[in-house]
Amino acid sequence: MNGRRIYADYLVFMRGYLRNPIGLFFSLFFPIILISLFGLIYSAGGAAITLYVENNDHPSAASAQFLQELNQTGAVRVSLWDASAHSGQNFSTWLAKNSNPVGLVIPAGFANDYTNHTHVNLTLYVNPEDAVSDGIAESAVGGVGNGFSFAAVNATPLIGVQTTSVGSTLFTSIDYLVPGLIGFSILTSPMFSMVDISASYRKDGLFRELSLTPLTKGEWLTAKILWYVVLTMLSAAIMVGIGVYGFGAHVTLSWGLLPFLFLGPFFFVSLGMLAGSVAKTPETAAVIGNIITFPMMFLSGTFFPVSLFPAYLQTFAHILPLYYVIDGMNQVMLFNNFAGATTDLAIIAVASVVVFVGAISVFRWRDE
Amino acid sequence: MPAAIEVRGLTKFYGEVHAVNGIDFSVREGEVFAFLGPNGAGKTTTVEILEGLRKRTSGDVRVLGLDPWTKGAELHRQTGVIPQDFRFFDKIHPKEAIEYYGVLFGTHPDPETLLRRVGLLEKANARYDTLSGGQKQKLGLALALTNDPKVCFLDEPTTGLDPQARRAIWDVIRQLRDEGRTVFLTTHYLEEAELLANQVAIIDHGRVIAAGTPAEIIDQHGKPDRLKVQAPPSLAPYLHDRLGLEARAHDGKVEVTMTDKSDALRVLSAVEASGLPWEGFATEKDTLEDVFVALVGRMDEGDVKPGAHR
Repeated sequence: MNGRRIYADYLVFMRGYLRNPIGLFFSLFFPIILISLFGLIYSAGGAAITLYVENNDHPSAASAQFLQELNQTGAVRVSLWDASAHSGQNFSTWLAKNSNPVGLVIPAGFANDYTNHTHVNLTLYVNPEDAVSDGIAESAVGGVGNGFSFAAVNATPLIGVQTTSVGSTLFTSIDYLVPGLIGFSILTSPMFSMVDISASYRKDGLFRELSLTPLTKGEWLTAKILWYVVLTMLSAAIMVGIGVYGFGAHVTLSWGLLPFLFLGPFFFVSLGMLAGSVAKTPETAAVIGNIITFPMMFLSGTFFPVSLFPAYLQTFAHILPLYYVIDGMNQVMLFNNFAGATTDLAIIAVASVVVFVGAISVFRWRDE
Repeated sequence: MPAAIEVRGLTKFYGEVHAVNGIDFSVREGEVFAFLGPNGAGKTTTVEILEGLRKRTSGDVRVLGLDPWTKGAELHRQTGVIPQDFRFFDKIHPKEAIEYYGVLFGTHPDPETLLRRVGLLEKANARYDTLSGGQKQKLGLALALTNDPKVCFLDEPTTGLDPQARRAIWDVIRQLRDEGRTVFLTTHYLEEAELLANQVAIIDHGRVIAAGTPAEIIDQHGKPDRLKVQAPPSLAPYLHDRLGLEARAHDGKVEVTMTDKSDALRVLSAVEASGLPWEGFATEKDTLEDVFVALVGRMDEGDVKPGAHR
């Protein structure tokens, strides 16, 4: 290994990269687009669902207050359904026709029954296919109903539940998304490029050309790794910036993140080269690259935390190298727990060395 | 002078195909050696074996005393190569490319000097993918010279280039020769070999079918020199009877095959003495191209056919 040769090759590769707008787009603008898109989707996730209400006890102070308190839960947004505006239709068929999953009917005499301490039934229409909206509406209506019941007998609930999260801050989906998407770009950018490079350099005779110089395969591959480490650092910085300032993500930045930003590209540059080199043609190289890349793209905790997966998929995730990169970055960036990331780090380090050595021994500068 | 390149009994088989089928030659230091042959004759396979890019099946090969396959790293510090269809990184500038190779070889030549030498200075900061075919080839030549090589391998360096670019490359090859470097040149342009080479070998179907200086090859394999006179056909039998030389009439001319260049004087005095009306005369000798076509053509017409002759 000669540092000056590695640096010279790094410069050539970097310039080629920077002079190619498409490569630059995928490495830097694509992560920006990804985190912005997912940030928007996830930050919209907390919005209230619309609850249509047919109030047959109108006007009464009790029903008005009940609906006001429902609105205040923040879980639902009450919208009154006016029967006179929908002549000839009843509430439930209207709900179904307009694809509204939930609706509430307040019966006539609600205020009367309530003041007289008589049992009164509210009707909640739900669509079993939309379990999430059902759950939100049911718990909101049930909770407000309980409050009304207690208030009627002048009682206060004895047992309450307060939600607190593990760690210092309450994590939101966007917090998990930052390490996940950094992991996504650690995987995709080097894998796709190196599979392509392994095929196109061979086709254009560039490996043969380089074999006539003192540059070694190890030096050449190291230069590629260095460039992807720089690119990963850049795109990670961009994604952290957008996550934190654009979507209020909580991430801890510490030195413990750097080994992952180094070992991640180290591993996937080598893996891409290995995958591209075992293939005989550029077409098979692309297929092999995709077979390796696609499961990892979705099942390593990139877009969704692995803990949400069914057990067998979680087991599967544990054989994906990217899982350890993202898990380690979660430990470091969310929990500031470097000790918890050392196993991940050890696995990636060993795998990287093995794949690097494998790639160098499999790919050929010249023909037999 | 010692041999820069020694090849003995070289073969290269791809399964049943014998791309190189037992060839011998040697190239002395400081020589321009042209390796000629039709497409598919085994030229590129041979030169790639010499460069250390391809493994041979059998035989002994030494370049500067080194086995190119096992001692490639050591050899490549002393050789410069332009492969056939030279390609380089699309986005690189020629100046950067030379700096890059300069660092790789640890020689750090001045890029401007080298680019001026191959006539590419005005494109020093242009992207490789904007260069013309000839300019790309010139960059290949400049890169092959970054390590100040003792031996240069140029595999069809002018194929597909326009005449101007071709001449520019020839000038560089002449310079290399004048500097005492050994040049191994493959080409299928006979004119190129005749202009540049001290030594020529013609390869066909994986075998060397002629070798020597261009003049030696023409002498050995070419037809004798001819003298043509514009005269009536009856001159032909007259000359034959009188001088004992082969003479035939065709297209208003009489063609006499000479055995020696001094025959020309005898023929002309006999023509004058014949009393027949005659006008101009010209002598004709075979070029390397005539010999090449005759040799390669003969092999194709004879019992050996491409692909089925082994």
